[in-house]
Amino acid sequence: MENINFIYPEIFIAISILGLLMVGVFKTNSFNLVTKLTSFMFLITIPIVFLNSTVSMKLFSNNYIVDELSSFLKILILGSSAFALFFTDQYIKKNKLDKFEYPVLITTAILGMFVMVSSNNLIGLYLGIELQSLSLYVLASLNRDSTKSTEAGVKYFVLGALSSGLLLYGCSLVYGFTGSTNYYVIAENFSADNIALLFGLVFILIGLAFKISAVPFHMWTPDVYEGAPTSVTAFFALAPKVAGFGAIIRILYIAFGNVFDEWQSILIFISVASMILGAVAAIGQTNIKRLMAYSSISHMGYGLAGLATGINEGVTASVIYIFLYVVMNIGSFACILIMKRKDIYLENIRDLSGLSKNHPLVAFCLTVMLFSLAGIPPLAGFFAKFYIFMAVVKADLIILAVIGLVTSVISAFYYLRIIKIMYFDPEQEKFDPISSKGVKISLALSTLLILFYFLNPSILNFFVNLASKSVQ
Amino acid sequence: METEFLRDYATILIFLFISIGLGFGFIFVNFLFSPSNPDTEKLSAYECGFEAFSDSRMKFDVRFYLVAILFIIFDLEVAFLFPWAVTLGQLGPLGFWSMMIFLTVLTIGFIYEWKKGALDWE
Repeated sequence: MENINFIYPEIFIAISILGLLMVGVFKTNSFNLVTKLTSFMFLITIPIVFLNSTVSMKLFSNNYIVDELSSFLKILILGSSAFALFFTDQYIKKNKLDKFEYPVLITTAILGMFVMVSSNNLIGLYLGIELQSLSLYVLASLNRDSTKSTEAGVKYFVLGALSSGLLLYGCSLVYGFTGSTNYYVIAENFSADNIALLFGLVFILIGLAFKISAVPFHMWTPDVYEGAPTSVTAFFALAPKVAGFGAIIRILYIAFGNVFDEWQSILIFISVASMILGAVAAIGQTNIKRLMAYSSISHMGYGLAGLATGINEGVTASVIYIFLYVVMNIGSFACILIMKRKDIYLENIRDLSGLSKNHPLVAFCLTVMLFSLAGIPPLAGFFAKFYIFMAVVKADLIILAVIGLVTSVISAFYYLRIIKIMYFDPEQEKFDPISSKGVKISLALSTLLILFYFLNPSILNFFVNLASKSVQ
Repeated sequence: METEFLRDYATILIFLFISIGLGFGFIFVNFLFSPSNPDTEKLSAYECGFEAFSDSRMKFDVRFYLVAILFIIFDLEVAFLFPWAVTLGQLGPLGFWSMMIFLTVLTIGFIYEWKKGALDWE
């Protein structure tokens, strides 16, 4: 109990959720107030997390860990959620989604993610995943008068429940054969000779792959991304991926660290499948949200390729990748939120045609984002992929690197096609003027970061190095 | 060792047999002694249920679900409260305050649903 100050962020968020719920329900039309309070709460929580960022503490008899990795990911989760809340304010109001439960649900999801990245115990992991997922199911069907949105919610719920079931089955096998749910004890008692333990390991990996939408457990992603309101889609593409990665890193490198050979092949398969499917299936898409879904699937593949190496450089590369992925997605979704004519939000890629003549600056920012997503130097996305491939080659996984390079060339096609549509296709009617400050600021910040990351990559790399050392 | 381990669970086994026996026993006794006046009206739905004709996949009011969900929460609350209350003497302050936190969270949820109007039928 004496170290309870290290989980102040979690306690603070939990109390805030209760407070926000009460404020929201006792005031009428409280969406604005609750959103402001939530943003304020994020601003307070980031420094609290930051204060703990240099310690490495094991709490509650080694069942909860606060270290550099968890603090880094928590700040990333909070930051990306703050942006997701910040740049969607207009969209929410225009689409009459301004219910105060929206920011409250985002906050509960964040609490779940915090538990996911810090938990050193299977039960903690499961509780974190469930708290996060239940909030996300409700968020997906937030626009409950739209059939697409409710369908997205139900689809996500059914598949999410299935994956939770698989995860729990894996947890029960691992618990049954190692005698503990604590990662350290599991690592001690895990013997690769026991086939049931390997089953458990595979089931846990399947459950987690569902949550970060890696192939072959990706089927829900495009439908949910398309059906959910764009503001929610933006949130889905950001924070839950970070949390899923945190959970995967911790469970693979701590609980199953001794049986690296057993899970490496699974991870390589998931990674290759995600990269290939993400690249090929996105080519035929006409809806930009669906396209972003496939793009996120392929990016998860690259992130997992880093983890499949089993070396420190690989973990570092993956964390850098996920950081830059979040920044690129903030920029891309800010652009998607600009696509609006006569107060109706558009989602078709064709609607971008001739954007460069009407809105040269927006077209430029989106071009930067897309080039970066495709991995073209000197933008940040290139460095992200570069570090991954460096680590993969260092771990002697040449074939994985080759497949990664080939798929990134294939995926460059559909990113470049959007750029071609923006610059060379006949112009259409102008988009509505951008009145949301949040969209402007997010777009400007992410574009600047992506453009100028190459000037001094060592700042980010330093923090990530610090973070990834804590799981070795 | 093994037998001692099993003996620990003997009470549960006996409990299981008695409860199964009692359950079947009552059904059997009912079957023997109940008055029997067959009537089609008795087979129809009870007054607060739904008409028993037509397809079973019919629309019905979402508020039934709502009530059921709200019921489960408080049902569970009692399921947690009972063992807690019985062993409170040994739990100490940590156990006491854990339950107080749980009840606070639950109460806030209850206030939320009340203010939201989930408990109003009309």
